Amino acid sequence: MLAQIRAFFAERDVIEVQTPTLGRTSVTEPQIESLCTSAGAFLQTSPEHYMKRMLAAGSPSIYQLGPVYRAGESGHLHQEEFTMLEWYRLGFDDQALMAEVAALIDGLLGPAPYERMTYESLAGTVLGDPAELDLAYAEAIESFGPVRCFVTDFPVNQAALARLRGDREPRAARFELIIDGVELANGYHELTDAAELAARMARDNQQRLDAGREPMARDERLLAAMAEGLPDCAGVAIGVDRLVMLVLGASSLAEVVPFADR
Amino acid sequence: MARYATNEFRAGLKVLLEGDPCSILENEFVKPGKGQAFNRVKFRNLKSGRVWERTFKSGESIEAADVMELSMEYLYCDGQFHHFMKTDGSYEQAAASAAALAEALPWIKEQDVCQVTLWNDDPISVTAPNFVTLEVTETDPGLKGDTAAGGTKPATLSTGTVIRVPLFINIGDVLKIDTRSGEYVSRA
Repeated sequence: MLAQIRAFFAERDVIEVQTPTLGRTSVTEPQIESLCTSAGAFLQTSPEHYMKRMLAAGSPSIYQLGPVYRAGESGHLHQEEFTMLEWYRLGFDDQALMAEVAALIDGLLGPAPYERMTYESLAGTVLGDPAELDLAYAEAIESFGPVRCFVTDFPVNQAALARLRGDREPRAARFELIIDGVELANGYHELTDAAELAARMARDNQQRLDAGREPMARDERLLAAMAEGLPDCAGVAIGVDRLVMLVLGASSLAEVVPFADR
Repeated sequence: MARYATNEFRAGLKVLLEGDPCSILENEFVKPGKGQAFNRVKFRNLKSGRVWERTFKSGESIEAADVMELSMEYLYCDGQFHHFMKTDGSYEQAAASAAALAEALPWIKEQDVCQVTLWNDDPISVTAPNFVTLEVTETDPGLKGDTAAGGTKPATLSTGTVIRVPLFINIGDVLKIDTRSGEYVSRA
């Protein structure tokens, strides 16, 4: 499958890169914890920051296939270390990228139709307590039957690094792909505004403090790169282990990941 | 009393939920990629036997329950409570209500060794041994020679429980019974 993925991108002239898995900073995301080494370096939760710095420095469309780490995540669909496929397409928006994600998935799982649903139609609302929304969303996804569905129009406070769209009722230009009830991919029409990113990082850290957790240092080099100019692009990350699980018809990562936690 | 956080939840852990002692059956980690992590937990209520499902935010904690499972010998019934004794040589006794004994009572007699679940040293449930031997006190007369072919009839055991037995069984026979299925196994 890894060879199939690489062939897919070679055909489209998307270049494979390998960025560090160990960094001086990591994400400020309030619900993602980074593992920290005894020397104070962070294992990266996604190659996003490094890849965006490459794009800002003038690289063409790129992809990375490699391990990422998230502290404390362990379950039948979670492992602290997992394999992520992440790619960025210059000049694409979220719609164009969803089409490319579908093409990749069709090649690996066989062709099938893709439904579209908004976040609001799944969670019932985009307002209210974020934790309740997360639970409503997670349970709605789990109840999906054997379907492939792109979820779009995420609430503004779940924009992460996606740009916002719509003036009256803004939504994040973010999408997820759910297959057979498994959250497989998460993508954005990328935010390119450094000031807005700095504001979101500050908000993330306030949420961390409110929850009694350690704030994370901002990635100043990403902010500087974005201030220099991140080209218009869309990016997406896919959980490769979950994809293997779906290809093999397994129901837990432990069945497909060698040396899994449990 | 100690507390357990969601990341310590394991099958078999004994906790207090809404005031009742429960045993954790399953603990499932649920998390949208960028969202709050949850633990969806299945419990068996050790008093009622019912299965409960609750969802916690990861990191929340619940109180531990002082629950022990012991082998204890059934001594006697005083009309209201059923008395059991520890088999560890301590001769310590505990009295169980009929409710705690509901499932075991049709099968056990004095001196049978049962699995007793104690909560704060009180028996809350009693499990009969997998196999018990009980005498038949009432049944239709046995049919001579019918030792192999099918056919069953009701028989009343010394505990008052009625089970289906083969036609050749007589009053006074001692039978081996599987308490999990409630079925006749053989003559003891």
